[in-house]
Amino acid sequence: MDEDKIDEIIGCHGTDKSELITILQDVQAEYNWLPPDALRHIAKRLHVPLIEVFGIATFYKSFSLKPRGKHLVRVCLGTACHVRGGPRILETAERILDIKADETTADYEFTVESVNCLGCCALGPVMVVDNEYYGNLPPVKVERILRKYGHTSSSSSTSIKEEKS
Amino acid sequence: MNRRRIKSHSDLEKLRQEILAKRDLQKTRVAICAGTGCLALGAQKVITSFKEELKKQGLENTVEIRETGCPGFCEKGTIVVIYPEGFYYLQVQPGDVPEIVEKTLIEKEPVERLFYTDPITNEKAIYEDEIPFYKNQMRLLIGDNINIDPKKIEDYIAPGGYSALAKVLSEMSPEEVIEEVKSANLRGRGGGGFPAGRKWGTTRNAPGEPKYVIVNCDEGDPGAFMDRALMEGNPHSVIEGLIIGAYAIGACEGYIYVREEYPLAVENTSIAIEQARDYGLLGRDIMGSGFDFDVKIFRGAGAFVSGESSALMSSLEGKVGAPKPKYIHTSVKGLWNKPTNLNNVETWANVPLIINKGADWFNSIGTEGSKGTKIFSLVGKVNNTGLVEVPMGITLREIIYNIGGGIPSNKKFKAVQTGGPSGGCIPESFIDTPVDFDELTKLGSMMGSGGMIVMDEDTCMVDVAKYFTDFLVDESCGKCVPCREGLERMSEILTDICEGVGKEGDIELLEELSVVMKDTSMCALGRTAPNPVLTTIQYFRDEYDAHIEEKKCPAHVCKALIEYYIDGEKCTGCLACLKACPEGAISGEKEVVHTLNTEKCSKCGICYDTCKFDAVIIR
Repeated sequence: MDEDKIDEIIGCHGTDKSELITILQDVQAEYNWLPPDALRHIAKRLHVPLIEVFGIATFYKSFSLKPRGKHLVRVCLGTACHVRGGPRILETAERILDIKADETTADYEFTVESVNCLGCCALGPVMVVDNEYYGNLPPVKVERILRKYGHTSSSSSTSIKEEKS
Repeated sequence: MNRRRIKSHSDLEKLRQEILAKRDLQKTRVAICAGTGCLALGAQKVITSFKEELKKQGLENTVEIRETGCPGFCEKGTIVVIYPEGFYYLQVQPGDVPEIVEKTLIEKEPVERLFYTDPITNEKAIYEDEIPFYKNQMRLLIGDNINIDPKKIEDYIAPGGYSALAKVLSEMSPEEVIEEVKSANLRGRGGGGFPAGRKWGTTRNAPGEPKYVIVNCDEGDPGAFMDRALMEGNPHSVIEGLIIGAYAIGACEGYIYVREEYPLAVENTSIAIEQARDYGLLGRDIMGSGFDFDVKIFRGAGAFVSGESSALMSSLEGKVGAPKPKYIHTSVKGLWNKPTNLNNVETWANVPLIINKGADWFNSIGTEGSKGTKIFSLVGKVNNTGLVEVPMGITLREIIYNIGGGIPSNKKFKAVQTGGPSGGCIPESFIDTPVDFDELTKLGSMMGSGGMIVMDEDTCMVDVAKYFTDFLVDESCGKCVPCREGLERMSEILTDICEGVGKEGDIELLEELSVVMKDTSMCALGRTAPNPVLTTIQYFRDEYDAHIEEKKCPAHVCKALIEYYIDGEKCTGCLACLKACPEGAISGEKEVVHTLNTEKCSKCGICYDTCKFDAVIIR
C-alpha cells in the first residue's frame, strides 16, 4: 500500500470524520479493495478508532476487505430480475467460474457478487461485468459473455472465500 | 459556455429568451436516450454511429444530436426521436443508423420498421402520443426528459426551468411557500406518504441553527428506478425544488444522497450543481435575493436500511447507517442534531410544478387523499416495461393492461407487487383498485416508492415471500431483536416450505412472528417486513398449502419440489439439450428420443431453455 496515495485521497476531502465513507470509497476505487494498512492509516489520520473504520467497512456492502478479481461480475437479484430468472443467471455464473457469490477465482481474474438492485429493472435479468451492462439475459449467454473477459473452461477451479458476508 | 450570474427574475427571463433565440426550431435534432437503461442496451454505440454517419454525410453542423434523460419506455430501447418531425423510433441498433440518416435526415422520410407496432392490430404508431404506453399516462415530471440533455442547464431553463424559484424568491415569503405546499396536499413519494408541507413547517419552526435539507436518492427498493431516472435525466427539476424548500425552511446547506449503484446520476447531478452555481442559482445571494444556499452530493455505500431518514443522516455524518429510535423526529433533531428536512427525489421534483401552476391545479389531479401524479416502475412479467407516470387514482388494471400491454406469452396474471420489501402482493381480485396511498395500504400492501412488479402464473408466491424475507435478512441493520431475529426465523420457515419440509403449523407461526415484528421493531424496515409474507398468505394460501401438504410447487419454481423430464412424443433427438447439459444428465443419440437422468440433474433449467420443441417438461 502506498501511504502517499492514501494521503493524497485524504487531502482531497479533508480529515473531518464525516468524510470517512467518501475516503474509503476513493481508496477502494484505487485498489479495488480496502487493504488493512490503508484502514489503519485512515483511522490515524482522521483520529477515528480503528474499530469504527472497520465497522463502516463491514456495514456497507460496496466495501470489500479482501482483494477482488480483475473482473467484477455483478448479478442483479432485484425483484424484477428475480421474477425473470436472475437467480439462474447467478447460478450459471457460479457454475461456470466454479465459485460461489462473494468469492474470487484463484487466479484473481473474476469475482462474482450478487447485488440487490441496479435500477435497470425494465431489462431484467441483468448482469454487469466491470461497467458493461447485459440486459434481458438468458442463462445460456452467460458463458459467451464471460469468455469475452478472458474466461476459459480450463481457468482455475479452486476458489478463495471472501470472509465478508 | 460562458455563464453569467442571474441577478433577478427578469435576468432569468432574458437568459431564457437568449437561449430560445439561438435555437432554430426547424433545425433537425436527433434525441437519443442516454439513460442507464438504454445505455445497457447499447445506446452509446448508437450515439457514436450517428456522429460518424453525420460526419460522413457532412451533416455534423446542420443536425444536432442530443443525449437525453430517460423517457421511460426502457423495454424498447434504444429510443431515438427525430425532430422537428417527431418520428419516434424504438429498439434502434447501431446498424439502423445509416438508414435513419439517409432516409429520415436527408430524404425526410420515416423508417417505418422502427415505429411501434401494435401487437394485435399491427398498426404503426409514428409519434409519441400514438403509442399506447405513453398515451395513457400523465407525464408531468418525466415528459420533458426526451428534450433535455441533463448535462446542459440551458435545456432545463429553455422551457421555463427555475422560474418557480425566481417567483418564490421575488414574490413569496417562506411562510407563503410552505402554505402553498401544504394546500397542494403534496405527500412524500418515498414511501411514507407524509404530508410534505407539514414536515417543512415543523423543520422551519424547530429551534436550532443551521437547518438542513436533504434529497433522498438512496433508492434501495428492488424493482424501483424512478428516482434514478429523474436524478440522472432531469436533475435540475430536483435541485430547483430543493432550493425552494431550503428557502421556505430557512436552510442554507443541503445534501443530495445518491446510492453508489447509480454512477450516472452522481455524474449528471454533479454537473448540474456546478452549472447552477455558475448562473448564481446556488451559492451566495441567489438571484439577488440575499438568500444563500448550497448543496453537496454524497454517495451512499450500499446499504438498503440507509434509505431510512435517521439512518441516512447517520451515514452523512460518516457513521454506520443504522436507524435511531424516533422519539424526536429528524425534522426537529436530524443531521448533527439540527432540524433537518428530508424528502425523496420525486417529492422535490413536484415542488416547482406546484409553485408554477398553483395548489388548486395540483389538487385537481388525483384522489381525495392523494394528489398529483406518481411515477411507477412497471416491471416483471408485463409486455411494456419501463417508467410510467400516472395520476393518482388510476386502477392497477389500467396501468398493467392499457399502459403495460398485459402479460407476455399469453400467460395468466397472478399478482402485482408494490411497495418493495415493505409492501405486498395484490391478487387479480383487486386489480380494479385505484392506486393511491390509502387504497393500497388497505389491501395490506403500500404504494412505497413506486416499484410495481407484475407476476404471472410462473411466479411462486411462497418463493416471492422468501425472496423478500431473505433480502431483508441481508439488509437488516441488526440493531433491534424483533427485526434481526424475526427475519431469520421467518426465512428458516419459508426455506423449509420451499424445500418441501414445511409442516403443519408453519403458516400460523409465520403469522405470529409477523405480529410481534410489526408491534415491536424499532424502525419501519422491521415493522413492515412481514407484509410480503402476510399478503401472500392472505391471498395465496393455497400455494402455501400445496407446498406443505402435497409437497408441490404449483408454479414449478421451487427446485426441491420439481423434476425435469423429456417428453418422448415431442423430442426430435436433435442433441441440443444433451450438449448443453452441464451435468451430463441427458443421454441419447441423433434422431433418437433423449432421456434425462433425474439423479444427475441439478435442475439448472438449461435444457428447458435450449429445447426448441418444448419437449423438456417440468413436473
